[in-house]
Amino acid sequence: MTPEQQTEKAPFDMDAVVDEITRFVAEQTRTSPEADQDLFTTGLANSMFAMQLVVFLEQSYSVTVAGPDLQLSNFRTVKSMAALVGRLQAESAAGSDV
Amino acid sequence: MDEPLIAIVGAGVMGTGISTLAVGHGLPVVLVDIDEGVLDRAAAASANGLRHAQLTGALPAGRTPAKLRTTLSLNDVADAAVVIEAVTELPDSKAEVLAEVSALVRPGTPLVSNTSGIPIDEMAAWVKTPGDLIGTHFMNPAYLISMVEVVRGPQTTDNTVESVISLLTRMGRRAVVVRDAPGFVTSRLLHPMINDAAQVVSAGTATVEDVDTLMQGCLGHPTGPLRTADLIGIDNLVDALEALYARTGDERCRPSELLLEKVRRGELGRKSGRGFYNYSEAQA
Repeated sequence: MTPEQQTEKAPFDMDAVVDEITRFVAEQTRTSPEADQDLFTTGLANSMFAMQLVVFLEQSYSVTVAGPDLQLSNFRTVKSMAALVGRLQAESAAGSDV
Repeated sequence: MDEPLIAIVGAGVMGTGISTLAVGHGLPVVLVDIDEGVLDRAAAASANGLRHAQLTGALPAGRTPAKLRTTLSLNDVADAAVVIEAVTELPDSKAEVLAEVSALVRPGTPLVSNTSGIPIDEMAAWVKTPGDLIGTHFMNPAYLISMVEVVRGPQTTDNTVESVISLLTRMGRRAVVVRDAPGFVTSRLLHPMINDAAQVVSAGTATVEDVDTLMQGCLGHPTGPLRTADLIGIDNLVDALEALYARTGDERCRPSELLLEKVRRGELGRKSGRGFYNYSEAQA
């Protein structure tokens, strides 16, 4: 489970991001979610918390969640949030290569 | 199609939330305040609110948000199809703004006072055409909560009621019209309950979290009363309780010491980063 330490500019590390998001959700809700637990149907998250998740991801991973990505299904589970971060970072890296 | 212009006076939490709701539904808004810094923050909060509304599916799909214009000049309300007053919950402040607005707009323009509990008829004496005056009690955040309490004063005309309901429907809101009374329905029931919840915590019966968890899990309250207090703003809640107490004499409406203490310490809820709960910067 322990993500390897990376001294250079780290490539996207799914496990580490899952851990970080889990920690944030745990701090805010005082409950540790499973990575694939639906935070909304299990009552851990509500519409107010959803926006906090957006802001947390944007600030922590320097991504912008906009347009069609701004939908609840991307924030239902820790795993889906980590996947979104991975995709947005890859897209922005690809964009900056052009 | 030419969309009606909505003027909103007061760019605090409620004025900003209602502005966001309107522009999110494609209706242009002119938002007036006396403080430029407040207007700047409102514009930023509204942009963020639109994202929040989109995230939670609270906006009609495919509709381009209308323009939100901010201004320091109250004269800019003159051409509005409806004016919504959302200034601080103090009868004198509201009455003063309503009197000024009333002198600027055409008779027959609905004048909406957004209030959590000040009787509409107390403000009717200040406006030129009392039949145009009506109350709304939007919940916070206005762009997420689809139900609105609408308050018909004893002098409010049928036309005013119909125009406002039609506007609310256009913004995807459901309205329930009630009669004029201190606290109307929702605040008359909710505010003393929150006050009691604070007393329960002071008495050591249960923690803040446990009170909210019980109210959620056993009684179906969506967030719990103390989380709701943080969302309302504890200073606003105390003002509203005092207004209710002054008009009803109900001891349950006398603000509890814990609420007053929180206001003295500046722990006003979500907007100040701390209330019954702590909020990180990201949450405020």
